[in-house]
Amino acid sequence: MEKDQVPQDFGALEGVRKVLYATDENGNYTKVKTAGWEPENIALDQVWEVINEKVEAARQKVLAGKASPLLFYLEKNMLTKWMLSELTGISWFRITWHMRPSAFARLDQKTLEKYARAFNISAAQLLKPE
Amino acid sequence: MVFGIGSGLFFSYLPFVKLNGLPVTSYRILPGWIFKRVSNRLGISMHSTTFRSETKAMEELDRTLEKGLPVGLLTSVFYLPYLPKALRFHFNAHNIVVYGKRNGKYLVSDPVLEEPCEIDYDDLVRARFAKGTMPPKGKMYYPTTVPSTVDFKPAIVKGIKQTATDMLNVPIPLFGVKGIRFLAKSLKRWPDKLDERRAILYLGQVIRMQEEIGTGGGGFRFIFGAFLQEASNHLQQPWLQEVAQEVTETGDRWRDFAFEAGRICKGRASSSVSYQTLSDILMECADREKAIFTKLKKITL
Repeated sequence: MEKDQVPQDFGALEGVRKVLYATDENGNYTKVKTAGWEPENIALDQVWEVINEKVEAARQKVLAGKASPLLFYLEKNMLTKWMLSELTGISWFRITWHMRPSAFARLDQKTLEKYARAFNISAAQLLKPE
Repeated sequence: MVFGIGSGLFFSYLPFVKLNGLPVTSYRILPGWIFKRVSNRLGISMHSTTFRSETKAMEELDRTLEKGLPVGLLTSVFYLPYLPKALRFHFNAHNIVVYGKRNGKYLVSDPVLEEPCEIDYDDLVRARFAKGTMPPKGKMYYPTTVPSTVDFKPAIVKGIKQTATDMLNVPIPLFGVKGIRFLAKSLKRWPDKLDERRAILYLGQVIRMQEEIGTGGGGFRFIFGAFLQEASNHLQQPWLQEVAQEVTETGDRWRDFAFEAGRICKGRASSSVSYQTLSDILMECADREKAIFTKLKKITL
């Protein structure tokens, strides 16, 4: 790729510029800064679309009383139950159990704090998601 | 230079390993390997440790910083608040350098950003102790002995030779040139095997792995081309310049691939561009790289 052909498609990188290696008029490589490239932006947008859909689905479930806020925060942080289990030290089975609103409502403060810490929020936020 | 000496260039397509539910393609060797190979080949010794305790990991970091040494840390991008939101996935192989501490904040040089930045204690702990695939476990490292003079020539030759072997001679069809062909063949069948949405997501993942920050564009191929040019000057072997030129052209074909794939993802592709076309471009890349590395394999001092 030649230096003057380096794309500058502003998008997912939000103003962070990354380095591309391109050739100058003599065919020698130099580093060129770029604001992004359309195909990469498309690919990134696409991934986020999927993630946001999952978060939205989880939100609806929580609002409908079919799942506890745990599910919403799990999706929002792009975690799996296994990762959450490693972060909190709470077993996979118990996490699955706490996904039920009824079980979640009975959680003690200590367990709530553990979850809240893993999601980097306060326990109060965990109880009342936006 | 480091990328080349460490034989960073590679290709692998692992359809049964899933990242975010999508098959993994990689344009480079495993994280950490470049580093290991470069240290070995240049005779640099590094001190590297992982931790089980978060507090101990941070104390050790503070102690090392007080000695005035910059420290390399393995982190997860998800927990680095200074990065653009769109790039923050659970990716546990991001290396940053911490070079000091000011007002309780750590001073960071991140390869993604142009300027140094700062990070809080809490955020850094989270980033160093992220979970999931390949957890960083608080890994930190710094050089202990650096030789005063380094002879780059043998290291360069070794690096190029190994890259060629990696690309041509791994006897498993998932890696190197064979891996590219495998991806080309599989990709053709995606629209039949998967529904349209999934096929597009599969494609998107390939584009991202190829063009993400740090690749230098074209799945590291341009960085490798730049390395070959440098190598040519160091070794006084002009023929490497011509090979560098070929690498550049191949990199351009990879970019074409990403461009057309992007159009399909956006649903803008005309009927002329199909998965078949993409597959053909990949096959061409495979053929070109085969020729390139067959030549490079014969390199001597």
